[in-house]
Amino acid sequence: MSTMIHAVYPVNADDYTCAGEASADIKRKLKQLGVDSKVLRRVSVASYEVELNLVIHSDGGELIMDVDEGGVTLISRDVGPGIPDIQMAMREGYSTADEEARSLGFGAGMGLPNMKRNADDFSIESEVGKGTCITMRFNLA
Amino acid sequence: MKVSELIPLIQAEYMTPSVSTDKEITCGYTCDLLSWVMAHGDEGMAWVTVQTHMNVVAVAMLSEMACVILPENIDMDQDSLEKAEEEGLCVLKSPLSAYAICGKMAAAGIPAEN
Repeated sequence: MSTMIHAVYPVNADDYTCAGEASADIKRKLKQLGVDSKVLRRVSVASYEVELNLVIHSDGGELIMDVDEGGVTLISRDVGPGIPDIQMAMREGYSTADEEARSLGFGAGMGLPNMKRNADDFSIESEVGKGTCITMRFNLA
Repeated sequence: MKVSELIPLIQAEYMTPSVSTDKEITCGYTCDLLSWVMAHGDEGMAWVTVQTHMNVVAVAMLSEMACVILPENIDMDQDSLEKAEEEGLCVLKSPLSAYAICGKMAAAGIPAEN
């Protein structure tokens, strides 16, 4: 299927001021394409969560969006500590966020479960000491 | 109920004067954990929170909420207010507690979910 949009957003570690800007732009682009509002909401929630994870947990990374006729693919790739126990990280309420993130209202341990719930397909790969890659697919009905 | 009608009901001060208060509120919510709000936020929501930083604006905008309400006269950062105006998000500040604000919204018929 041909790619309609390909966009790459660099996301900096610990940059809480700009956090959410990539997701806002992703939402704007999809809205312009006329994507259904329910799908748009699901993509927005998942992209914001994954963007915040890059800010909170990684040493920096990027968010990539590809849109084709069948749907939206979001890929988050980072350099960072990686996730030692993915099964544990996927549990609601489990978080390793630091004090700064928690004081801002993050670190509720909802990020990864929220992404999985909102995406039609969700996969996560991580290598300790190297980084994490999350791929999500949202079907356009 | 419109945002303009909610303002007197909760004795609020309107913090984003360049944004129209004509938006319809369809449900109400209170929570300070942003990830939790991302999971439960909805279109047309009036969200009561003590958080005042930039990410509040991002969460409210991404969920297409009607307004953000700061309880107990908490002030929002100037940067966040500017961002809210830029994005067209209504921000209200009320002297009442989050509990009292939600009580008044519920009594006025605003439901917990759409």
